[in-house]
Amino acid sequence: MLQFILKRLGLALLVALTVSFISFILLFLSGDPASALAGESATDQDVAAIRELYGFDRPMLVQYASWLFDALRGDFGESYYFRLPVASLLAERLQVTMLLGLCGISFALLTAVPLGVVAAIRPNSMIDRFALFLSVAGQALPSFWFGLILIVAFSIKLQWLPASGTATWKHFIMPTIVLGYYAMPAIMRLTRGGMLEVLSSDYIRTARAKGASEGRVMFKHALRNAIIPVVSLAAVQMGFMLGGSIVVESIFALHGAGYLAWESIARNDLPTVQALILVFSMFYIVFTFLADVLNAWLDPRMRAG
Amino acid sequence: MTDTPILTVENLTIDIPTDTGTLHAVRGIGFDLRPGETLGIVGESGSGKSLTSLALMGLLGRSIKTRAAKMEFDGVDLLRAGARQMRKLRGARMSMIFQEPMTSLNPAYTIGDQLMEAMTLHGNGSMSDARKRAIDLLQKVGITSAESRMSQYPHQLSGGLRQRVMIAMALMCGPDLIIADEPTTALDVTIQAQILRLLVDLQKEFGMAMILITHDLGVVARVADKVAVMYAGELVETGATQEIFDTPSHPYTRGLLRCIPLPGKTARGAELGTIPGIVPSLVGDVSGCAFRTRCAHARPDCRAAIPVQSAPGQGHSFRCISPTGFAEADDTPRTAEATP
Repeated sequence: MLQFILKRLGLALLVALTVSFISFILLFLSGDPASALAGESATDQDVAAIRELYGFDRPMLVQYASWLFDALRGDFGESYYFRLPVASLLAERLQVTMLLGLCGISFALLTAVPLGVVAAIRPNSMIDRFALFLSVAGQALPSFWFGLILIVAFSIKLQWLPASGTATWKHFIMPTIVLGYYAMPAIMRLTRGGMLEVLSSDYIRTARAKGASEGRVMFKHALRNAIIPVVSLAAVQMGFMLGGSIVVESIFALHGAGYLAWESIARNDLPTVQALILVFSMFYIVFTFLADVLNAWLDPRMRAG
Repeated sequence: MTDTPILTVENLTIDIPTDTGTLHAVRGIGFDLRPGETLGIVGESGSGKSLTSLALMGLLGRSIKTRAAKMEFDGVDLLRAGARQMRKLRGARMSMIFQEPMTSLNPAYTIGDQLMEAMTLHGNGSMSDARKRAIDLLQKVGITSAESRMSQYPHQLSGGLRQRVMIAMALMCGPDLIIADEPTTALDVTIQAQILRLLVDLQKEFGMAMILITHDLGVVARVADKVAVMYAGELVETGATQEIFDTPSHPYTRGLLRCIPLPGKTARGAELGTIPGIVPSLVGDVSGCAFRTRCAHARPDCRAAIPVQSAPGQGHSFRCISPTGFAEADDTPRTAEATP
């Protein structure tokens, strides 16, 4: 198991390094950063001066290396727009995004897994139909529309919850539901499908033949095997929530990292965008790594790979 | 061997609802079993032998209807026992060994975990008792270095080893009845004989009653005290093993016996028999003799209710309209592909 973890960790670091390089290069492919910074009315001399000032005239590999070493020390440079260190900007914005992401994935898992299990225990029952309806609706509703409907219902009509901001925990309820509901359908259907398959397997019959109670059969013997693909999916969803909650953050005016990414891209704020891409991809890599470790713990057959 | 049966089944019927109608999978079968006795249930695929064993264990799905005049295990009415009561019996007093050793163990837990669970969930002793018992039984079923096997996972063991683990697991609580549903079918021929030998030795040692479900008459001949021959959900013939092999009375039993070479009975070079035709559909109304569509002696009367005839020997009986099971007639099938 330890060997497996070390192997996966090494692999994750390699992926992280590659991703950092690609994300660095991608921004150069989108055009000359110096002329973009200088603005439309700048002269050639201005552009050349800016190019020298920011070090864009150096070879690309040198630029990458110096950027990477700074990044490793937590220095992502200064935001062109905010005139603040990107690191402190990120630290502030990531708090909101991480809180929202954790709430969202917890909401999704806590509703989707139990619902999927119950739906699998009683396929085609009322609960199964209800779960199917919920998941189809969740898959079909665009987040921005669902968010607006919630605001209309709970903030404007009922006046139960605040519509925007991050001041109290109440501000996070609707964003959590919108973000979580987006991830719920896939997790629910995967749990249901996995449970249905596992419940018809021979080792479940063996467990029953041993005299195990239904609860023991479901949770000890079935769920552990059925949850394995769900873990991988949840890891990807989690990465997505931390990086891609731009829509939800915009609707509820939560000033998180997603919102910052959108702003920075619009303003050509190169150091901020680079830092965000790196951080977002690190999230994916970390969660995928954690999911791999968790799955290896759940299923001994995976430990070999 | 005492005279009171530990298991009595009378007139057991299993109906399965399907989209096209009710499938009458098992119709009115009955047998009994004394402690230490071995009953071999023989029949081809779909004859209802596995369903019968699952019904005894109470492991059939909710939608499947089980009825019987009597289904009693050591004084417990298995038809009316609650879920809780059945759970206490399963694994503790009646155990089952399944046909598929490759998939019958949970891939997520070690062999040791799964063996010990069979004992601890019945509250029969502590974890360390269970561990001792598990290692003991692993050695008994012929697994070397039992201690280190305890921490291995099913995917690290071969099919033969897994079936040995399944047998050890069935024995954890020292059951009174063990049901082995084709325990050797999925194994290599070389392993089959070993596993069978092992089962029989353990059965003798622990004094258990055993139901051995198989389609292999050779296995039955070696192991069983008595035989129940099933065809398409009916019990067509039952009796002591020796008598079934010496004086098979139902045309189907004779047909089955012609299909296997028996030392001293099948002449060298003689062609082995086949039973032409296929098993009839059991969906909808089923009446008369189910074998009549493949029987060489079928006649119009076979559509009516079939009486149970008794044959020479104790408890030897068969279902046929003929009091002799047409034993005097020529069994050779009337179809074109019949053997000369």
